[in-house]
Amino acid sequence: MKELKITPIRNGTVIDHIKPGMALKVLKILDISNESGKEVAIAMFTKSDKLGKKDLVKVEDMELRPRDVNKLAILTPNATISIIRDFKVAKKFKVELPDQVEGIARCENLNCITNQREPVLPRLIRISDDPPLYRCYYCGRQQSDVTSNII
Amino acid sequence: MTLKGKDIVNIDDLSLQEIETILDSARRMVDIAKGRKGSNALEGKILASLFFEPSTRTRLSFETAMQRLGGGVITIAGQEGSSLIKGETLADTIRMADGYSDIIVMRHPREGAARMSATFSENPVINGGDGAGQHPTQTLLDLFTMREKFGRIDGLHVTLVGDLRYGRTTHSLSLALARMGASMSFVSPDIIRMPDHIVNDVKELGVEVNMTNDLKAEVPGSDVIYMTRIQKERFAEEEEYLKVAHSFRIEQGILENAKREMIIMHPLPRVDEIDPSVDFTSHARYFEQAFNGVPVRMALLKLVLEGE
Repeated sequence: MKELKITPIRNGTVIDHIKPGMALKVLKILDISNESGKEVAIAMFTKSDKLGKKDLVKVEDMELRPRDVNKLAILTPNATISIIRDFKVAKKFKVELPDQVEGIARCENLNCITNQREPVLPRLIRISDDPPLYRCYYCGRQQSDVTSNII
Repeated sequence: MTLKGKDIVNIDDLSLQEIETILDSARRMVDIAKGRKGSNALEGKILASLFFEPSTRTRLSFETAMQRLGGGVITIAGQEGSSLIKGETLADTIRMADGYSDIIVMRHPREGAARMSATFSENPVINGGDGAGQHPTQTLLDLFTMREKFGRIDGLHVTLVGDLRYGRTTHSLSLALARMGASMSFVSPDIIRMPDHIVNDVKELGVEVNMTNDLKAEVPGSDVIYMTRIQKERFAEEEEYLKVAHSFRIEQGILENAKREMIIMHPLPRVDEIDPSVDFTSHARYFEQAFNGVPVRMALLKLVLEGE
């Protein structure tokens, strides 16, 4: 029933099993706005057997880059991604928490060298899976909330 | 195992075996550090000593260490003396200094500066303190001071006192002590107590820690009392600071129940936390500790530049 609320897309990406309430943030980190010219459909707080509730985002004419998939994994580690080509699911996969990410999220330590004008990308190393925790490679600070620092 | 070419950014970069190697080598350096013997072990090598933040002991002891081994030193002391003030990035300054020298020692006000510099420098980088972050050579000289006195670290009980929250030396020291098998007491006022992540890391290494604000009660069971400076600016009220500063002070009276062999250490500079009369007791070890910076840094420079 719930899938019928949103019309199918011809070509593009469906991001499903998003943590409830995170759909708008997903758009933000994927840099999708009015200016990007993409057609987008969103469902929020829909029922899910696995998660209780979930959000869902469909974006017409867009396929995700590996960098985008890493961002999604950090924001919502249970998300599944379906690549749609000509109304059919060409590929479907679950995001995976990366061991380390570079240039994806800022270090939360404002005094970290990566937050200065230096030619270096912030780099975070995963130190635990559940809950997913990251530590800054440069200053060593354990990050309390990576999701709010995604670039 | 060789330390040749290795960056020393964090004490955790060193295995226990590497730490032991450095401490053993430091012992052999003492006579040269005191000027009783000469050495040309690092003749022709140049140390770039880049201190973008004030430092007395660390900078002077590194430069002394290099010169005692026959090497040369080039220096930046303070941002004013460098191009950073003209807007040059640290990365560019490091690439330049890397070309002029064989090894870089640096202190910088930002955390992570040494790790970043190590990625831009072909030659090894030694961290002389980055912001509130790491200061691995201080930890090495602290361990050396304890091991010289007791012949071991394993089984010692070390009481860390004072500002355990912001003081960078106590964080890396407590983790190294835990790895080497020492038990610990953390004595501090509540608002500047040891951060939870350090306490958890220490406990995960299987070490019992006792957290308290009663210094006097900890004296009899301690082999080492490691004092640190409590900074006035951490407190909203002067009155509160004075009260706290008084309770975390070592005077001769408090030492009555101390073990005869117990030593008092302090990374210096001190303000009021150790009464000057304690300097003349057999427990005082802080000036020797400061001297130990020279042989330990000599050992490190030699091992990183030349290997074993």
